[in-house]
Amino acid sequence: MADIAYKGASCIYENADTLAVDTLDLDIEDGEFIVLVGPSGSGKSTALRMLAGLEDIDEGTIEIGGKDMVGVPSKDRDIAMVFQNYALYPNKTVGENMGFALKMRGVGVEERKKKVADAAKLLDLTDYLDRKPGKLSGGQRQRVAMGRAIVREPQVFCMDEPLSNLDAKLRVQTRTQIAALQRRLGTTTVYVTHDQVEAMTMGDRVAVLKNGKLQQFSAPTELYDRPTNAFVAGFIGSPAMNLMTMPIVSDGVRLGNSTLALERDQLSALHAAGLETVTVGVRPEQLELSTGDGGIEVIVDLVEELGSESYVHTHIAGDGTQLTARSLTRTPARLADTVSLHKRDGAVHLFHPETGERIGD
Amino acid sequence: MSTDTAAAPVESTPTAPETKRARKHRKFSPWSVVAWIVALGFFFPVAWMVLTAFKQEGDAYTTPPKLFFTPTLDQFKAVLDSGIGTALLNSAFATAMSTILVLVLGVPAAFALSLRPVRKTKDALFFFISTKMLPIVAAIIPLYVIVNDIGLLDNIWALIILYTAMNVPIAVWMMRSFFLEVPGELLEAASMDGASLWTSVREVILPLVSPGIAATALICVIFSWNEFFFAVNLTAVQAQTIPVFLVGFITGEGLYWARLSAAATLAALPVILAGWVAQNKLVRGLSFGAIK
Repeated sequence: MADIAYKGASCIYENADTLAVDTLDLDIEDGEFIVLVGPSGSGKSTALRMLAGLEDIDEGTIEIGGKDMVGVPSKDRDIAMVFQNYALYPNKTVGENMGFALKMRGVGVEERKKKVADAAKLLDLTDYLDRKPGKLSGGQRQRVAMGRAIVREPQVFCMDEPLSNLDAKLRVQTRTQIAALQRRLGTTTVYVTHDQVEAMTMGDRVAVLKNGKLQQFSAPTELYDRPTNAFVAGFIGSPAMNLMTMPIVSDGVRLGNSTLALERDQLSALHAAGLETVTVGVRPEQLELSTGDGGIEVIVDLVEELGSESYVHTHIAGDGTQLTARSLTRTPARLADTVSLHKRDGAVHLFHPETGERIGD
Repeated sequence: MSTDTAAAPVESTPTAPETKRARKHRKFSPWSVVAWIVALGFFFPVAWMVLTAFKQEGDAYTTPPKLFFTPTLDQFKAVLDSGIGTALLNSAFATAMSTILVLVLGVPAAFALSLRPVRKTKDALFFFISTKMLPIVAAIIPLYVIVNDIGLLDNIWALIILYTAMNVPIAVWMMRSFFLEVPGELLEAASMDGASLWTSVREVILPLVSPGIAATALICVIFSWNEFFFAVNLTAVQAQTIPVFLVGFITGEGLYWARLSAAATLAALPVILAGWVAQNKLVRGLSFGAIK
């Protein structure tokens, strides 16, 4: 168990122009479950591999438990890693796979067997200890990979998209198991995923990365309620937040044929910034369909019914700007209907039209 | 060592598409006849040679050739009496030593050139294969002079060194392709588990590429065993290998076909056995269950 600190850590691949990870600063407390999330190419896997010692730290440093890890090889860092493709040793049985690290450390046969048996019990693998990985299902192999990490009782767990290769149902099941396991063991964990649902549900804190740069590092609810920039706003939440750049008018923002009202302090912030247009962010659940007056007139493009709720994808009449609204009723509208959307109570998000930075509170 | 699958029955419980395929196989196909004819055609000279080895000289040289006769082991006895023993031992020693050297040198080289590539890796690989582009005939004169000067003429070690040099490029290229199939993450996982490079190679990689090593070793055995040009030019009596012995056998006792067949059968036997043994290793254990 240890705390981790990324201090201006950077990594550049050979023959590349841009940094894969650009001066990353993260302070991770002992026992925390941190999720690194971002689109492909954001540098999240590279940042994880820098921590694990599989990529060089070209600039800056990473500290584990206060100790500088620059130049320290992976085998000396006391980190266990769960790979996306599991990386199980195919010629060894499940028991041997899980006990390999202990064998490398020189732990005796009896003690090794006991530790492996304990971990196997925790993960429901006791019946499979004598099988080889080739004879296991994807979910079972994933548990063996986790077992191999647990048995070592390391300072840090690193997990690189371990659920990507599982089917959707198994993914949901396993993600709760991983979260519960981590809480039970209390080991500091860094978890990489591109799935923002996993990020929101599993992490104590989530770091959003884009093009190697850290965008925001906070608790999931903070990310959802107060994204620091338009990218984070559009990335977190499914379906994505509606983001559109619209001209500012006297008491709000023009959306199609109507005006979206803004709070007074938001308006003053906009005036202070001297802007004429602004990027507005409205979440689908903040928009409701109604037949009343004064809403934004939109034409329905698609209705997605999920059973518990529906998503109505529309575009503003005459404008083409797309808006998605959530509805809790069945068949809220039909294709090509003209409906009007009203904003529910609650402030919208404002971002600078060029930099994307959050404006106002 | 070929298995004809044209008439192979489907053993597992067939699903719908599998049953169709099985039914297709079970149906008589004229192509399977052609396949059998071709296979028999390739096999026939070898089969005839082995058959002739068991005949008396009289039976061997009849027109039309005899298919039924009383078999005898006299020819084998005669061959063994005429000194094939030394040649067999020389060939075995040269083949075994050169193959071991090739593996000792080639496997680490292939590992470096596949799992730890650098900028000049492609150049190194090309250099390896370029050595096979030179016709041996062009090199034999300087080689003879060198071997003579260092006093290794008619010494089996000259052949061992040359066979090693001859087979290392092939071994490196073959082993490289097997190493490239090992997922890089396995090495990373082993490294995270605390294994040093040597331990990772020994515990994780070598078991995975052992079919590849077996295949490479077999190729080297075949090439070394059958090698004639170096052997005939650089050996005389003491270091004589089997191909040279057989040729000498022909000129000396050219018309004794049965005895010649016996000698050839004995000469081919070790390589066939090696191939048979390696075949099992090649077929088994080629599935990687580790990744997905």
